[in-house]
Amino acid sequence: MQFTFFHLMPYRPLNMAERHKHKAAWVVLPNTLYDPKKGADEYQSYIDQLVYAEKLGFDVIAVNEHHQTAYGIMPAPNLIAANLIARTTKAKIAIIGRALPLVNNPVNIAEEFAMLDNLSRGRIITGFVRGIGNEYHSTGINPHWSHERYQEAHDLIVQAWTKPGPTSFEGEHFNVRYVNIWPRPYQTPHPEIWIPSMGSSETVKWAAAPERKYPFLVTFSSRELVARYLNVYRDQAKQYGYEASPDQVGWASPVYVADTDERARKEAKEGIETLFNDFLAVPFQMLLPPGYMSLPSMKNTMRMRKALGAQKRLTMEELAESGTVVVGSPQTVRDQLARLRDETRAGKLITMLQFGTLSDELTKRNMEMFASEVMPHLRN
Amino acid sequence: MPGTETKHKVRDVNVRMLRGGSGPPLLFLHGANGLPVWLPVFELLSKQFEVFVPEHPGFGTSDNPAWLRNIGDLAMYYLDFLDEFGPHEVHVVGQSLGGWAAAEAATRNCSRIKTLSLLGPAGIRIKGLPSGDNFIWSPEEAVRNLYHNQAIPDQILAMQPTDDQADILLTNRFATAKFGWEPRWYNPSLERWLHRITVPTLVMWGKEDKLFPSAYAARWGERIPGSRVEIVPECGHVPAVEKPEITAKEIIRLYAGTR
Repeated sequence: MQFTFFHLMPYRPLNMAERHKHKAAWVVLPNTLYDPKKGADEYQSYIDQLVYAEKLGFDVIAVNEHHQTAYGIMPAPNLIAANLIARTTKAKIAIIGRALPLVNNPVNIAEEFAMLDNLSRGRIITGFVRGIGNEYHSTGINPHWSHERYQEAHDLIVQAWTKPGPTSFEGEHFNVRYVNIWPRPYQTPHPEIWIPSMGSSETVKWAAAPERKYPFLVTFSSRELVARYLNVYRDQAKQYGYEASPDQVGWASPVYVADTDERARKEAKEGIETLFNDFLAVPFQMLLPPGYMSLPSMKNTMRMRKALGAQKRLTMEELAESGTVVVGSPQTVRDQLARLRDETRAGKLITMLQFGTLSDELTKRNMEMFASEVMPHLRN
Repeated sequence: MPGTETKHKVRDVNVRMLRGGSGPPLLFLHGANGLPVWLPVFELLSKQFEVFVPEHPGFGTSDNPAWLRNIGDLAMYYLDFLDEFGPHEVHVVGQSLGGWAAAEAATRNCSRIKTLSLLGPAGIRIKGLPSGDNFIWSPEEAVRNLYHNQAIPDQILAMQPTDDQADILLTNRFATAKFGWEPRWYNPSLERWLHRITVPTLVMWGKEDKLFPSAYAARWGERIPGSRVEIVPECGHVPAVEKPEITAKEIIRLYAGTR
């Protein structure tokens, strides 16, 4: 298995009472609640954790992009990646991902990734995402064209990376006469592209196509859904006439390890519950603006929501029960992860070992425990 | 007498359409929430006019052609629609999004239009007077904020939509985002060309409109030569629903002035 240490960089000093006077920790949360001195400390802690992950033996250290939110203070993840390049030597550095539809010139993304790939001499992994629905409110980009813009931006970026320039690109949303990036990527043909997803069938079909075979990562989902979506990907690959390799599938999950189940649950509880309820939770119309999902998927989602009724605060116990988070003793965590790995033959695990308000101290212990007590047992 | 539901075809596009009454033709272009039923305002208008209320392409159960990508496309569609009529024959009424489409069409070509009534139209922007953000409103806010008289939303919210109705609401919301998300509810070029509307025009606005502030009415009035502005007191964004008698009366008055 390949192990990734992934960071969201939440703003932990958030005043939660103030937070709940607003609809979400996104879009409308006043940025006067951000204290730059505390924020600077957060960046330092988080970058130290990412650097430390390399020392602990993680294969990949990873960041991602979110805008105008306390959920993750990384609107420009490439800046963090540049810093990590300077402070690490062998770990791959993954930016999973950049939100392609949110930019007006995807060539900039192709250029920046190519720069990072050169600076790191080929240690970059990229991720292509569409951004969370909230980000169509905060950027103003029309969610109705989210899928179209994503496809076009992807095609344009890959073209910029692989076709000897200058070329031109003719799309509905992006029309670029001169595609001719300097530098070109360091890796040939280009850095890996990973596809983190909540499992939409359109995305599975597209990512698994033989001309792409992009690694597909299911995020923030229950054990059952991870297994289901990864098997959908495998089935899709079979329909295309090939067998998906373990490298092509993986999942992302918050994980917390301590000596005993009891201690792990006690220590992880606040971090897990703040992640899901305070940082991540947003009203439906913010999360799923019209067009963000296809109309048929959205119709199904609306019916499911109607059946579910009002949303309650999620507890760590429920999240652990469904396998959305993995919390426990080394044995418990090993068993749960191994079971899902074996069920899905997944070769990638994206761990979130800092989550919500989890402190530096507990994060460090969690990372060390995971690296010494779990990781070696799950390596092939 | 309730209107009848028909299918209407213009070139390759089939739409659902309600029609009723007799008299000179009146084309009513609905707003973002679509075309659920034959409204009291249609009933009042149908005493004077033959009323045509098409469900816009992309909305409800009408066709959603791939070429329909922006408000200009919708306006051009309605110019095709109007080609079935004679010179200066049709009274065009547009509510909100429909008003925007009507104004876009009329700036391009008024040759089939007899009068134009714009009810709280989208389409222009006045800096410092932003529209309400209906895309971030909760489902309840999205209904309440459209009306001044809260008895109307009370009644709407008390009804639980069926799955089919919920699907139609969602379809309409998708179509609405396509036209109105960005730039939010306006076309940067439209205001400059409003002087090309040369037919008798009524601009009507609910004084308590929370989606588009009623201060927009004056700007529309200034830009469309000879237009008349009516501000409706105790009325929100949808005069056609909240004040059907006044709405019908003013449209008929505009028509009477042309006879």
